[in-house]
Amino acid sequence: MTIAEDDHPAMSQTTDTDLTSEGAQEMEPRPIAGGVEVLREVGSVLRMSESEAEDGGPGTPDDGEEPDDAETTIINMGPQHPSTHGVLRLMLELDGETVLRTKPVIGYLHTGMEKTGENLTYLQGGTNVTRMDYASPIFNELVFCLAAEKLIGVDLPPRATWIRMLMAELNRLTSHFLFLATNGMDLGSSSMMIYGWREREEGLRILEAITGLRMNHNFIRVGGTAADLPDGWRERLAAYLQTIPERLEEYEALMTHQPIWRDRLQGVGTITTEEALALGATGPILRSTGYAWDLRRDMAHLAYDEVDFDVIVGTYGDSFDRYAIRLNEIRESMRILWQCIEKMPDGDYRVQDKKVTPPPRGRIDESMEALIHHFKIFTEGFKVPEGEVYAAVESPRGELGCYMVSDGSATPYRMHIRGPSFVNLQVLPHLMHGGLIADAVAIISSVDPIMGEVDR
Amino acid sequence: MADPTDAPQEPAGPEDVPEAELLHGVPVTYSRGQRVAHPSASELVDLVRTLHGEGWIQCLDLTAVDYLANPHRTLPASLDPQRFEVVVTLISHRERERLRLRVQVPEDEPVLPTLFEVHPGTEAMEREVFDMFGISFEGHPDLTRILMPEDWQGHPLRKDFALGRIPVQFKGAPSSR
Amino acid sequence: MALDFSNGLETLDHNFVTAKVEDVVKWARTRSMWPATFGLACCAIEMMGAGGSHYDLARFGMEVFRASPRQADLMIVAGRVSQKMAPVLRQIYDQMMEPKWVISMGVCASSGGMFNNYAIVQGVDQVVPVDVYAPGCPPGPETLIHAIGTLHQKISDGDIFRRREENGGAGAGIHITQLDGQQAPQTIQLGRA
Repeated sequence: MTIAEDDHPAMSQTTDTDLTSEGAQEMEPRPIAGGVEVLREVGSVLRMSESEAEDGGPGTPDDGEEPDDAETTIINMGPQHPSTHGVLRLMLELDGETVLRTKPVIGYLHTGMEKTGENLTYLQGGTNVTRMDYASPIFNELVFCLAAEKLIGVDLPPRATWIRMLMAELNRLTSHFLFLATNGMDLGSSSMMIYGWREREEGLRILEAITGLRMNHNFIRVGGTAADLPDGWRERLAAYLQTIPERLEEYEALMTHQPIWRDRLQGVGTITTEEALALGATGPILRSTGYAWDLRRDMAHLAYDEVDFDVIVGTYGDSFDRYAIRLNEIRESMRILWQCIEKMPDGDYRVQDKKVTPPPRGRIDESMEALIHHFKIFTEGFKVPEGEVYAAVESPRGELGCYMVSDGSATPYRMHIRGPSFVNLQVLPHLMHGGLIADAVAIISSVDPIMGEVDR
Repeated sequence: MADPTDAPQEPAGPEDVPEAELLHGVPVTYSRGQRVAHPSASELVDLVRTLHGEGWIQCLDLTAVDYLANPHRTLPASLDPQRFEVVVTLISHRERERLRLRVQVPEDEPVLPTLFEVHPGTEAMEREVFDMFGISFEGHPDLTRILMPEDWQGHPLRKDFALGRIPVQFKGAPSSR
Repeated sequence: MALDFSNGLETLDHNFVTAKVEDVVKWARTRSMWPATFGLACCAIEMMGAGGSHYDLARFGMEVFRASPRQADLMIVAGRVSQKMAPVLRQIYDQMMEPKWVISMGVCASSGGMFNNYAIVQGVDQVVPVDVYAPGCPPGPETLIHAIGTLHQKISDGDIFRRREENGGAGAGIHITQLDGQQAPQTIQLGRA
């Protein structure tokens, strides 16, 4: 379904400024043209406040023209609604069943994490950020620690990096299973919900064996990880990975090869590469348009340049592509995990730098120095040199970044997390434009937002 | 152009390049290996537009920092440190590189031109900066609060806005065992 | 076979169950308590996990999470409640029909959790009356099921109404302990077998 051009009554979100004052901007070739031009053809973002919407006013405050004949209604979806994507509120402007314009309203889960982060030490910071993207918490901790390590300038032993990569890919696996479960549920397949959760549970049990917690692990610490992998992790992980492929085949039979599923997702919520790039979308949304950009391959962090995996790319930019990308990313993550099992290097799981690493617990009883060292790290925290950095990883939702400013003290001066879902949500109006309400649920689900990192 | 190493205090500087570097007329420094440009408010949109034509096609992040509690930081000597700084991160997929732009924003006139025309994806990010810091963006289509309720007073991420912590008294909880 | 009433109602004994009305009401309330979807943050993921096949809320009659609060009797506040969300929470609570129960799942809902700041309501009991507090960050499915089981138990006992009265109209305020990741209790062999 191509995005309709001006079929609808004049609903464009024209603003006062235009590009023509700069010269021949509009003559630039389409692929790198300013995104606003592309988006201007499609009026899909509803810009009005809730009070205006209540007054029943269709049409933006800016344009004086009323829509011809067409009567549109503005309805509200959320923040509490059964589509299990957290507290997202959508104001939809409808012409019958067709969605014309959308305004996502967020902030219902705003937790003040960035402000809280300014009062927590770098050791405590992980507990704070891990609750942002709560479906894949390891990535938040990872990016926070990568930023802090860049500021400190510490190099990690290879085992620490590989353990981190293993945890990250395991978390990607569980996050994508969550996506499959909720996507299935939103489209009516409650059995997929149960299956997805079944797979996720097994993964969570392994995470619990390694980190001690099922979610919000606080396992990735500055300098490495909190603990080493437990004995027998290879067998346990291998046993888990061996059960997945045949079950994925079942899920493919249930979903990919099923006509109802295909009808509901193919052609629904299409986006073009230019739009996605202009709106800052990353991750499966950008890759579904056919644009192969994956930070793991293109700006390799951790040890991704030492493992073999493919970057999955879609073709049409529709919801089906996004679903298929995530399904196949599960397979790629499994590949990486097998390689981690084989190639995990020996050594330290944490850099033995007294500055950032507390002493082993056993030594605290024996040595006064160790006790003082432990005390200082856990109460005052270690100081990080002044500066500012930006570190980013590829999370299951896109580019997850951390911009950190340090003033030389034991707490970050400013800690900002670039949540991929926050930026990805901007594509929602453009995906929903011209579709039906029933597609709205499928589309939100395919964007896979996690409101914790949207609102922070 | 002024020599960035003339900037005060700071310890050993992997931060500063000895010779002045310019990017389209805008001073450049290096921060832990990352190139950072320092446009002024008036230079910002043109710079971003030019860069967009050169392959810096995505604006990843637009955020702000309130330097009220830490006014002394490393900047090119030609720049006057202001209370706020708006930080824009761009990425070039061709070069596989990121570029950071830091714009000084004065406290008495916290206004910047919007990047929405060049990168529509900055819409939500600018709203967040407005909500959290009170910095307005001229030309933004819908500059309203995005995270806090619409009638909230104050800008939470400013350093003079308290955390809002309430004191907690831990009463002796009876053990259930 | 035709029913023979020659002995009066005695012949029908095996087809009837008699009980007190209160007991039947309590039985109905506990065995089919439908939760309203109020998953906010991380706790919602664990709540959905409790509905999954490993932990299975369906055996308590609770796997149907009703989207409409009018059709629900239990509100499990799962996650942190922000300032913007608090009025919505109250609105949903008000739309539920009596009798209604509230479980505050997780530390953020119970007390603001680790987020003691401007943005989070420090305890959902400032907005709605809470019957059971389930600690944990997040409480695993086992803790949630323990909370639900406790609620069911207190309803069956009638204890819940007594506690509510004690608290002057607020919720019952029952605190439970977190049960995740614990080994099954070990039996100790004493002396000879």
